[in-house]
Amino acid sequence: MKYNQYADGFSPAPTCLKNCLLAFLTGGAICETGHLIRAAVMSAGADAETAGMWTTVALICTAQLITGLGWYNTLGRIGGAGAAVPITGFANSVVSPALEYKKEGIILGTGAKIFSLSGPVLAVGFSVSAAAGILYKLLGLL
Amino acid sequence: MSGNKTCRRIGRRTFEYISRPSVAGAGSVAGEMEGQGPQAEWFDVVLNDDRMGQATWEKAESKMLGTAVEYAMKDAGVSRRDVDAILCGDLLNQLMASSFMARDLAVPFLGVYGACSTMTESMLLGGALVDGGYCRTVITGASSHFSTAERQFRMPLEHGNQRALSAQWTATAAGALVISSEQDSHMRLTHATIGRIVDPGIMDSSCMGAAMAPAAFHTIQNHLRDLGRKPLDYDLILTGDLGSIGRRILVDFSERGSKLPHLSEVYDDCGAMMYDVSRQDVHAGGSGCGCSGSIIAGRICKEMREGKIRRAMLVSTGALMSTISTQQGESIPGIAHAVTVEYV
Amino acid sequence: MQIDIMEMIRVFAVGGGICVIGQLLLDFTNLNAPRILVLFVAVGGILTALGLYQPLVDFAGSGATVPLPGFGYALVRGVLEETAASGWAGVLTGGIKNTAAGITAAVVFGYLVALIFDPKSKR
Repeated sequence: MKYNQYADGFSPAPTCLKNCLLAFLTGGAICETGHLIRAAVMSAGADAETAGMWTTVALICTAQLITGLGWYNTLGRIGGAGAAVPITGFANSVVSPALEYKKEGIILGTGAKIFSLSGPVLAVGFSVSAAAGILYKLLGLL
Repeated sequence: MSGNKTCRRIGRRTFEYISRPSVAGAGSVAGEMEGQGPQAEWFDVVLNDDRMGQATWEKAESKMLGTAVEYAMKDAGVSRRDVDAILCGDLLNQLMASSFMARDLAVPFLGVYGACSTMTESMLLGGALVDGGYCRTVITGASSHFSTAERQFRMPLEHGNQRALSAQWTATAAGALVISSEQDSHMRLTHATIGRIVDPGIMDSSCMGAAMAPAAFHTIQNHLRDLGRKPLDYDLILTGDLGSIGRRILVDFSERGSKLPHLSEVYDDCGAMMYDVSRQDVHAGGSGCGCSGSIIAGRICKEMREGKIRRAMLVSTGALMSTISTQQGESIPGIAHAVTVEYV
Repeated sequence: MQIDIMEMIRVFAVGGGICVIGQLLLDFTNLNAPRILVLFVAVGGILTALGLYQPLVDFAGSGATVPLPGFGYALVRGVLEETAASGWAGVLTGGIKNTAAGITAAVVFGYLVALIFDPKSKR
């Protein structure tokens, strides 16, 4: 692939340090928000498990609302992986194709496309978890 | 029309338009962002709303192309009934924007797909129809729309992703030309070269400029060689949408070893011209059929009819991948078609 | 509500750090965001199965559970706990049971948002 290397010489190097710093700040801030929500729910008397659940739900719904308002793509452009990797990025990847394909109908447009980016995450996540369970069982660990 | 035995071929890849079909009219439409770039003053219409009041982005693109066609017809002083055929294309599956525009226009229609090379592909074919005497007046054109291309080729608009620095921005723009056998325009088609696909093996669809530069080089070199010309015989050699990276690759590759000496003195690229990269966050410049379409039908036509440009080679460049080919791990095939236009 | 500054720093550092790994993958490999999400869920799940993710969760709390590896963690932990409690059926039920609220919220609220809003042109 000689041409590839030649052409690569003309591409600007990614501004890695800046990107990483922004990803760190964005991702850290989202996790911190989660932490504060969780602390608030727990101080209202919920146990850790329930608080964790409400934290996830709150982050997901907020991210999706922000997506609907048209702001999450800006967050993603600036924060990069910092906006993509937290659960809010997953929420964004659920709602953004659903929004995009609205005009193709609410069943085969929104309904089908809602899983076009998040489906792979669920498919792999479920598979890994099931595989872990099977292995633990077969190895007699449970 | 001279007899049908006249051979129009010159050299290996080039042919001549013997009757010198004229570009009788041009229309260009650009989106909101394109209207804030350095080419703004040359467009006939700059949109305030990329949706054009339509329900869908696809309808908006169709309407945008229709508007460019309308302006081109008005500019040429022809009506729908004078048009023998319209040849145009876009980036959407089954040429949705063009087909639905042509449905509303109710003129004989040939859909043309050459990815972003569509503008010169349609000019080349339209010129041939006129030169051969098969049509008196044809319209050629191309359009692209950021929001329709993005959802087809990349990510949903509201997905929070980061674009690579080498990525280009699909221009929301359309251009259309009226090509006619009437000899009353100063801008004429003289020669054309049909490009062949050159695939340098680029896999990353955010490096389109690098994928298309070899095809552009190949076509420009063949066109010049067949005509016995050098780059400096032209006032302008204009590629479609190599963007800032592909532009640099083409210049470097052409001038290294003097394959195309002094190319950079007459060379520019529509993708690199479309936006002000220092102000607009488009990374490596513009892309899309409408990018070269609107600049050719906008700035180039206007400058040529004023005699500011006497001879130009227009080389729209296309990347012929699909969403399926990318997912199946195919590399990106590049193509470029050249049309020489002259002030007569 | 108790504010523990040290805990907050740990949350920020670990959460931000996981995102930096994602950013490095984005910048230096040809992985795009959807692929990285899949990779992170898988890695989170595998680390959990190996017993390596729980210490990170104990250390950083939301810093480890909010990023996508935390989703893999929740799925695998759910399966393992449920399998321990109710045998083979847990392999199939535990994962979704433990993440049901998040998944359902994402799909239902996502659907609702999609019905209310329209995508906007980028600039």
